[in-house]
Amino acid sequence: MNHLIALPILLPLVTGLGLLLNRDGAAVPRRVVGLSATAALLVVCALLMIQSSSGTIQYYALGDWQPPFGIILVLDRLSALMVTLTALLALGSLCYASAGVDVEGSNFHGLFQLQLMGINGAFLTGDLFNLFVFFEVLLIASYSLLMHGGGKARIHSGFHYVVLNLAGSALFLIGLGVLYGTLGTLNMADMAAKVPGLDSSRLVLAEAGAMLLLVVFGLKSAILPLYFWLPRAYASAPAPVAALFAILTKVGIYAILRVFTLIFGPQAGSLANIAQPWVWWLSLATLALGGIGVLAARDLRTQVAYLIIISVGTLLAGIGMNSLGSHSALLFYMVHTTLVTGGLFLLADTIAHQRGKAGARIVRGRAVEQVALLGTLFFVGALTVAGVPPFSGAVGKALILQSATPGQQVWLWPILLLSSLAAIVALSRTGSTLFWRVSGGGSRERSDKDIHEAGPLRTAGLMLLLGASPLLVAFAGPLSEYTDATADQLADHEAYIQAIIERDKTGGGS
Amino acid sequence: MEALFSITTGVLAACGLFLALRGRTFPVVVGLTLLSYAVNLFLFSMGGLTTGGAAVIGDKGGDYADPLPQALVLTAIVIGFAMTAFSVILAMRARGDLGSDHVNGNRLDEPREERT
Repeated sequence: MNHLIALPILLPLVTGLGLLLNRDGAAVPRRVVGLSATAALLVVCALLMIQSSSGTIQYYALGDWQPPFGIILVLDRLSALMVTLTALLALGSLCYASAGVDVEGSNFHGLFQLQLMGINGAFLTGDLFNLFVFFEVLLIASYSLLMHGGGKARIHSGFHYVVLNLAGSALFLIGLGVLYGTLGTLNMADMAAKVPGLDSSRLVLAEAGAMLLLVVFGLKSAILPLYFWLPRAYASAPAPVAALFAILTKVGIYAILRVFTLIFGPQAGSLANIAQPWVWWLSLATLALGGIGVLAARDLRTQVAYLIIISVGTLLAGIGMNSLGSHSALLFYMVHTTLVTGGLFLLADTIAHQRGKAGARIVRGRAVEQVALLGTLFFVGALTVAGVPPFSGAVGKALILQSATPGQQVWLWPILLLSSLAAIVALSRTGSTLFWRVSGGGSRERSDKDIHEAGPLRTAGLMLLLGASPLLVAFAGPLSEYTDATADQLADHEAYIQAIIERDKTGGGS
Repeated sequence: MEALFSITTGVLAACGLFLALRGRTFPVVVGLTLLSYAVNLFLFSMGGLTTGGAAVIGDKGGDYADPLPQALVLTAIVIGFAMTAFSVILAMRARGDLGSDHVNGNRLDEPREERT
């Protein structure tokens, strides 16, 4: 068996537990351990991505219990891409956090690693109940990280976040129960194999279970009627945590993509593609409201949170269109939007830090100290996220727009382009207020203790995440080849089911 | 037995949902706890209810209870318990930091609600 597949879960787990032992004392050893473990994770994930690019679907049977009886971890192109993206985002935000945010409360590094474990587990698992367990692992860590450092706003939005997600977990369990009751299995490949043969009396139950799962994943990914928790929670979270949370909504999107293309995909008889029409219309409404939210936001961090809503809408539209082209386009867009919105959260925090009292509010305030650096980064980030050429947002959005069929274009094009326009208008207004409408004297008049220049770690974190944008354009070719291959692999259910269920019948379990 | 079981689950879930929609943190936490009890019962019954069957596999290969829901419900109980403990602590922290036990942190409506 290929033990490397379990490493993205084991490495953060062991590191996280080790870090919990060293809670107090100097921060430097914890930073070194956390950063080196995350860097090692990135290497492991890159290796997994190289392995998966051959196109074979490998699985790792935990405890050597063969599927469909045991829990398995599955490595295919999609999960490899997602864990690599997670590791990259985590490295950037951990760099930034190591510059000082991590000592505002206790246990930051340990919780951060446990959060990574939950996210990686959710991407790798091939068992629906195990997906629930990893969801809980990442949620427990995220509850504490969200409230890291304390403060009224964080406690306040944190309570809403916790209660909503507890209710979501209850729904998840009910959905799982219904599906187990009808299908008799929780292994995703086995479920996919059994759905077409369901007898008609159980179809309604299975459909109810599937739609419950859609509600839960919709809550995680912040789709329209279920996104109201997001702007407040993300805007009040510490910046590196908010940056890492940029991947949490993508966990929900990944789960929708996986469950509703594999288990309830086109092969599923009368349950084929049951979620896609819902996702399609809701994603358009999410896009529209995200655009309004971006225009209405009065704080840069809230604005970035609404930019996440727009990106969620765009990604879900890709799922709703449900074609090879749209799946490939949405995966490309996912890589871009996760890194860039994460970077923008870090940037908003740096700007807030240097503006003193005005903070991240979009009002006239004193000038930031590193105008050239932050201004350039904001310019790049804003153009990228709004989808203006020559940055990666334009490539991603163009791919998504291109993948729409004529019937879908009528709806998608105006709404997606208008929400982009809203983002451009709002961000240019924000940029000119933050950088040009400056009151008071220049930065030279201030005393030394006021200086909050971003240190090397902060700058490295910012550069890593926002610098991804030009890199993604430069390497758009190889990446879109990879996402094309991923979409092909996603569409090939038979290969997935055979790789997991059939192979152990012939004796080769690894 | 099925009828009694489903009525119990349904009543628990309904009470849980009602309490979870209240405005104060304590009823909300109690409501979530009830909801998780209902979910645990539901999960437990998802493999079908059997009376007098062997716990895992009987020696004569007769009726036996599905072991998987039992394993799942154990996991769900552990997770649910940890979550309840966390939300209780969080509610207390919110009471201390916000000076109110209203889920919106709203201080103004406190006396008004106490009068009614």
